[in-house]
Amino acid sequence: MTYTLHVLSIISISAGLLFFLAGTVGLLRLPDTLSRLHALTKADNLGLGLIVLGLLFQAPGLLGGIKLILVWLLVLFGSAATSQLIARLARERRSSR
Amino acid sequence: MSELLFFAAAFLAGTVAVGLIRILLGPTDADRMMSAQLLGTGGIAALLLLATASGNPAILDVALCVGLLAAFAGVVFFLAASQGGGPDRAEDP
Amino acid sequence: MMPGSMAELLFDSILVLTLLAVALSILALRQAFAAVLAFVTYGLLLAIAWVRLGSVDVALTEAAIGAGVTGVLLIAAASRLRRSIPIADKASPGIPMRIAVGALCATISAALVAAVLHLPTPAPGQALAAVANLPSTGLGNPVTGVLLAYRAIDTLLEAVVLVLVLLGDWSMAPDGQWGGRPGPRLAPEVNGPLGLLVSVLPPVGILIGIHIFWIGADMPGGAFQGGTILGAMWILTWMAGRTAPPHTSSERLRLVLVVGPALFLVAGFAGIVFAEAFLAYPEGWAKPLIIGIEAALTVSIAAALAMLVAGWPSREAPR
Repeated sequence: MTYTLHVLSIISISAGLLFFLAGTVGLLRLPDTLSRLHALTKADNLGLGLIVLGLLFQAPGLLGGIKLILVWLLVLFGSAATSQLIARLARERRSSR
Repeated sequence: MSELLFFAAAFLAGTVAVGLIRILLGPTDADRMMSAQLLGTGGIAALLLLATASGNPAILDVALCVGLLAAFAGVVFFLAASQGGGPDRAEDP
Repeated sequence: MMPGSMAELLFDSILVLTLLAVALSILALRQAFAAVLAFVTYGLLLAIAWVRLGSVDVALTEAAIGAGVTGVLLIAAASRLRRSIPIADKASPGIPMRIAVGALCATISAALVAAVLHLPTPAPGQALAAVANLPSTGLGNPVTGVLLAYRAIDTLLEAVVLVLVLLGDWSMAPDGQWGGRPGPRLAPEVNGPLGLLVSVLPPVGILIGIHIFWIGADMPGGAFQGGTILGAMWILTWMAGRTAPPHTSSERLRLVLVVGPALFLVAGFAGIVFAEAFLAYPEGWAKPLIIGIEAALTVSIAAALAMLVAGWPSREAPR
């Protein structure tokens, strides 16, 4: 049982790390601000989500599990709204040229 | 298992640290904010990994604080960039 | 200290290298916005470093102050400077001056390195005694024990200093504006992502702030961390124009600002009568008194930090 849980954790966390890697590569390599934002949001939402999922398999206890999910929801909400604000900045700058 | 979690945290820290180059490169304030936001989320993920790896649940509260204040900082920098951004950029060589 | 595994060493090395790189880029960046942004990420990295050093209490403070409130203060200072003072003197210092400054910095760094390398092991300190005597306070967190029981006088003075700093800030205001409302007038924004953030985040943040204060008795947390989070949430509602900072002449505001230090002082003097010394707690009363003082301090710290960010009264005084 613990073995299965460990494997699930490793798969999920590795997938999360892959999204963070993709987000970073996108942030550095993509040509313009809005496409970079697109890459970033994937890392933010899915990367952290998969890592949280992987850690949930490690039986953090009820309170720990709730806190893990709460952190993810908080970041999901915060980064979604902040990304909108960043996109607005990028658009204003483009139209002011 | 905790050894693997530390490796995951190290990989994550290395990745988002490279992403910080965007703060130096820019070119726009929006790009810089993205770079900081990526580091924020990556830092939170690293804290969650550390909390499980070292078996210290108090670290989860640090992650909770960072998550809350990252959104707060996002608003602060958005307002600063959209109100007072102009003259500052004009000073750039 | 335990040597730690390979993976831990790898993580710590990456963390330290990133910290150094970010610190250097803060100095190298010539644009205030980018430099403040880098400073905030530096605060977050420093919080992770404190976690790695086993000081979760300090990590919480660094996360709240370094990544939260300092960022607002610096960015507000940068835009205020830009408005008021033209950057007149852009001439860089001459080469002899640069060499002198460099040599001085190198000397200080070398002295610090030498001091750190020559620290005795085990480090002399009161840590063991602090933990051993903790049961008499009824607390579970030795850091709170130090702050509110063993070295309560330091914490009391810190709480008072915060009020004094705010008074100093307010006294920068011209006579006609004394007692007025601080901060710039912002257009109320009620729609869009900003409006959504400002509707949802403060209730969640208030819960988290109270949680951090409350667990401070037994786990990492406490008045300063909780108060900073509450203050940040108050600032957030100002920034989107939902509420405005109160007039600095407001009686209610002033009461909130002093309730923490005042209660601390009263408890301190009561210690002379009911226990054996100033700031001593009577037998069995330590924990409830400490929690009460911390609760009042949390509210006062939240208000003082938020009002510090708002700045001195810059709008019309009330009639």
